[in-house]
This record gives sequence, C-alpha cells and structure tokens, in this order.
Amino acid sequence: MWGRIFALTLKEFLALLKDKKGRTVIIVPPLVQLLVFSYAATFDLTRVPYAVFNEDQGFAARELLAKFNGSTNFYEAARISHDSEIAPLIDSRKVLLVLHVGPTFSRDLLSGRSGSLQAIVDGRNSNTAMVVLSYVRSIVTAFNNSWILSRDLPKPSAQLVTRFWFNQNLESRWFIVPGVVGLLTLVVTILVTGLSVAREREQGTFDQLLVTPLRPVEILIGKALPGFIIGLGEASLIMLLAVVWFKVPLRGNLATLYLGVFLFLLSAVGVGLMISSLAVTQQQGLLGAFLFIVPSIILSGFATPIANMPEVIQTMTLLNPMRYYLVILRGVFLENTPVPLLFDQYWPMAVIGLVNLTIATFLFRKRMN
Amino acid sequence: MRLRGLMRKEVLQIVRDPSSIAIAFLLPVVLLLLFGYGVSLDAENVPVALVVEQPDAATAHFAGGFLGSRYFAARQSFSMEEALQSFLRHEVNAIVYLREDFSANLKRSEAATVQVIVNGVDANNARLISGYIDGTWNEWVRQQSLASGLGAGMPVQVQQRIWFNSEVRSQNFLVPGLIAVIMTLIGALLTALIMAREWERGTMEALLVTPVAMREILIGKLLPYFALGMGGMGLSVAMAVWLFDVPLRGSMWVLFGGSALFLLTALGMGLLISTLAKNQFVASQIAIIATFLPAFILSGFIFDIGSMPPVIQGLTHVVAARYFVAILQSVFLAGNVWAVILPNAAALVVMAAVFLGITRRKSQKRLE
Repeated sequence: MWGRIFALTLKEFLALLKDKKGRTVIIVPPLVQLLVFSYAATFDLTRVPYAVFNEDQGFAARELLAKFNGSTNFYEAARISHDSEIAPLIDSRKVLLVLHVGPTFSRDLLSGRSGSLQAIVDGRNSNTAMVVLSYVRSIVTAFNNSWILSRDLPKPSAQLVTRFWFNQNLESRWFIVPGVVGLLTLVVTILVTGLSVAREREQGTFDQLLVTPLRPVEILIGKALPGFIIGLGEASLIMLLAVVWFKVPLRGNLATLYLGVFLFLLSAVGVGLMISSLAVTQQQGLLGAFLFIVPSIILSGFATPIANMPEVIQTMTLLNPMRYYLVILRGVFLENTPVPLLFDQYWPMAVIGLVNLTIATFLFRKRMN
Repeated sequence: MRLRGLMRKEVLQIVRDPSSIAIAFLLPVVLLLLFGYGVSLDAENVPVALVVEQPDAATAHFAGGFLGSRYFAARQSFSMEEALQSFLRHEVNAIVYLREDFSANLKRSEAATVQVIVNGVDANNARLISGYIDGTWNEWVRQQSLASGLGAGMPVQVQQRIWFNSEVRSQNFLVPGLIAVIMTLIGALLTALIMAREWERGTMEALLVTPVAMREILIGKLLPYFALGMGGMGLSVAMAVWLFDVPLRGSMWVLFGGSALFLLTALGMGLLISTLAKNQFVASQIAIIATFLPAFILSGFIFDIGSMPPVIQGLTHVVAARYFVAILQSVFLAGNVWAVILPNAAALVVMAAVFLGITRRKSQKRLE
C-alpha cells in the first residue's frame, strides 16, 4: 500500500512542480509576501505629518512644540497662522494632526494654571487617530513631568507605573510576523490541495486514476501528502526568516511549536481536500478556496482581536483553525507558553482536521462509485 | 452587432452557470455582514484583574472607576499570585495592582504607586488598553486633587478633537475599506478564469475562426461582468449606509464614478491574469495570491500606508484597492474632497488602462 501511495505522491509533486509557472507560484510569492507584509502590516506610526498653529509667543509653548519636533514619530509638515487653514490641510490628508496652542498658554502655565494644547486629528481611520493621540499624550506627559520637576511644583500624591509584558516596547511587528507565518501556511496549503481533484476531473485524468489499483483512501493520502509536506517546508522556512531576519524572539520550545504546525496542517489539508472533493470545476474550487481563506484570515484575530467581535461571530470563529494556530504561534514565540496551557488550542484543530478528512474520504468514495 | 452577439453568448453562459451571479450578489452581502460586524478595533469590556491587597475606603474609591467603566470587565482579587495565573492563561489582558501600603502612602502623600501590567503581545490592543487605564487613572487623580483642594493636576492638558468620526467608531472606516477588499475579490473571481477556461476547453479556437476582432471578444467578456459587479457594489454601499450606519457625506455620483473605475481595474486585472496564465489552475493560484492579501494588507484599509518603509510604500502604488480605499474613506466620512478624489481616480484610470492594454496586446488572434 505504501509503495502505491509513494508513487502517487511523487506524481502529485511532479504535477505541481513540473510546470514552471506552477512552480514559481508556490515558492516565490510566500517568501515575497512574508517580507512585504511583515514590513507593511504595522499599527505603529512613524513620521506622522502634523501642522503647528501657535498663537503664543512664550517659551513654554516653544519648548513643548520642540518635543514634537524632536520625536521620530512626528514630522512637522506645515506651520499655519490662521484657523481657516486647518480644514484644507486635514481634508486633503496633507497632515494627520494639527497642534493648536492658544494665545494664553505660556501665561497660564507660568502662573500655575493648566494650559491646554488642542490636538485636532483626522479620524477617517479612527485607529490611526487613537494611536496618534496616544503618542501626543505620552509626549505631553513627559513634558509635564519635567516641568513639575524643574519648577519644584508639588508632586502628585500617586503615580501609575505601566509595564508591558512579553513585548516591552509594544512593537507591532512582533505580533504581526507570527501572524503572517500563519497566513502564508494557510494560503500555501489550500493552494496546493484545494484545486487538485477538480483539475484532474476537468482534464479527464481522474478517470485514469480510477482504473489504477489505488483505493480511494490511498488516492486521498497521496493528494494530502504534498500539501502537508510543502506546507511544513514553507512554514519552517518562514519561521526561520521571522527569527533571523525580523528578529522576532522565539522564546518557547520548538516541539510545542511544531505540534501546533502539524495539527494546523492537518486541519488545513483536511479543509483543502474537502473543497477539492466538493468542487466539480476548477472555478468552483477557486471559489471554495476563497470562501474559506478570506473569512478564516479576517476572523482569525490576525489584525483585529476576536474579543472585539459580537458573541455570534466569536462563536463562529471556534470553527476556524487559524484562530487556534495564531494563538499557538504568538504564544510560543513571545510568551514561552507551555504545552498544557495550549491544550485548548491543539484539540480543536485535531478535531477539525479529522472531521474534514473523514468527510472528504466519504465524498471521494461516493464520487468514485 | 457582432459585439451584441458575443455579449449575448456571455450572458447566456452566466445565466446557465449561476455561480457568477452568486459571486456578484450573494458574496458581497455575506462577506460584508460577517466582516462588517466581525472586524472591529474598538475594545470594550476588556477583562482586567484588579488586585487590592488591603481593601479600604481609598482603594474602593479607586476600584470604582474600573468597575463602573464600560471599557473594563474588572474582576477583583486579593492576591497577585492568583491574578498572574489568570494573566498567563489569557483570562485577563491586564493587571492593576494596589499594594497593601497603598492607602497609607496616599495619606502621607508619599507617592503611592499603582502598578499596571499589560499583555503586550498584541501591541495595538495593549496600547489601547493602557490608554483606557490612563484615562480612568487621570479621572481618579483629578477627583483626588479636587477633594484635597490642591486644584487641577497637570500643567498641560490635551484637548482632543477627532474630526470626521468623533465617536471613534472603527466600523466607520473599516466598512468602506471592506467594500474595497471584497470588490477586489469579486472582480478577480468573476474574470480570472473566463479567458483561461476558453483556452483550456478549446472554445477559444472556435472564437478565433469567427470574424470577430479580439477587441470585441474582450469587450464582450468585460461588459456583462461589469454590470454584475456594479450590482454587487450597489448592494454593498446600501448595506454600509443602512445596516452599518456609516455616514455618507459625499455625493452618490462621486461614489458611483469611483466604484465604476475601480471595478474596471479589478476586472481588468482578472482578465490579465486569465490571459497570461491560459491555464485555470495557475490562474486560480495567481488570483488567490495577487488579490486578497495585498488588498487586505497593502491598501491602507487597516494599516497606515504612511508608516510603511519607503520601498513598501512604493509597492502599494500597484495595489488598485489602495486608491479605492482612499476614495471610499473620504467620500463616506469627509465628503467630496477633490484633493483626495481626483489623484486617486486618475491613478485608477491609469491602472485600468494598463491592465486592459496589456491584456489586449497579449491576446492575439493566433495559436502559439
């Protein structure tokens, strides 16, 4: 039996790789996408263009604004001297932020009152707006502290000390790159398995398979193995790049990580073969692949947290293998999570994989008879 | 006349295999429903552990700020040990820790320290949560200093104004962006296989021997799918406005024009993939790789383009969704801002022309 499966697997690999276009499509894009997406997908902002509208001649205002000028997060794109100039700048997206200092700012500050800094933000992307405001607040807090210290003002009676565990400097990239690993493993596996049966059916070679001594289960295993092997290889390569190139810390244990990769591939191959055995034409296969890939990425917690979703959709994500895979990847990479704490992520993927493979086998047998 | 015949053939094909109609009308509705509700960056009811080692009146006042806030689902506990356990198990995202000497230090004005630990793995979410905690904290400090008669706290206070989206609803910008992502998919799904299919089935040869020009074949393929796509787009916009309550501040006509341009680009890209691959299998793989993920990550729909490294920013210029996202976000939230709309529309025109132009050049009336 294994000899036959091996022969079929070999044939599948040849079918996938003999065509130059096909070969390139499987190998090159994942690597390019890892690089591009890992650099692109970040919520951290650099060089936020802002405009200054300063009506105050005092030095306190100058000192505060200098802090913005000195920050790498901000970049002064314009200076304005009139209210009416604000709207055109923000509307046309030339600046994201306008800092307005009123005429009494320095006077207020020197006489011990609070001075106010008005921050007007483009809210078209409300998340960017919130991040910009958090940068503004941290610069103002630093300014306040040094102002209090340098003028011997009464210190506040309590202080808040915030620490971020596992990702001290809040680098988005540490969160995103393991996510991209998950994304690409999924895409590659579905790409390899999702259309393979439909293609044989459309080209008529499926009938040839039927007259061979191969049993349905063997055909299925032969179709599953290439997806599994290519997925495993690419996942490993991508994780290696994540560590070596992007310097994402790999704090956990490789065995824990690979147990997750293995179970995820099982579930992804299962879904891929299920799509494959359902689809009669390649167009249906393509549609099926899209219909699985798109929601499982958007609703996986890759970019937006699952906890923010409404109950119903959160429950639906329990069927999504990506959801578990991302928790494992991020947990092992950043938090050194031990196996027992990941148990709740492992078993659903195993169940999803087995159920899909069983259904795929069943459909397969039915189609063949 | 010949063109009419070709379009009739294409329409008949669409009607016979209704999967295209499902793709154009059903898919946007389902995806937008799922994602419009599912994709949100607004955290509410963040689970937080509130560790109070020695509860008394002062700590109760402090804890009240967290227990009453809609941003937190705070659970109190009395030992740090226990809180850390649930922190590691991801049951809470943050710990707010008041030591036993908190009240005593507060009374003596000896800088009572409140320790906060936030799980930083999801950096964006962590920043948001830390911002909420700061806000709750500042409110408490303000009340403290008012009560003790010390006057207002900090020297400089930030007054924030968030334009176009004052209630900071992430759906207001995510839903228009999702429309761009979904329509990219649909454009590709509709056309990515149609040329490759004709080549593979050999029916292209049948078309080649007829007197129709290649240009006519292409237009005959494009127009019916364009009409389908515009229908899907109309449905999506209607859902955005009536179901998700996204304000539409610009004009319907600008939206319509932008959508038409974008759809032409998306369909053109599908046609190009189809023409170049000539093989449904490879065409499908390219369609999956080249459409969804770039539109999702490189379009500025969720990740800010201005903050990407310059090389990547350059790359985003070939992602059509980028221009459409900019147009949609402006037309929906800010109005007819021509300074944004015109350059982006021009870019779409160029892209559509390039895609269709290359497709035209690559599809010759001959067999290789």
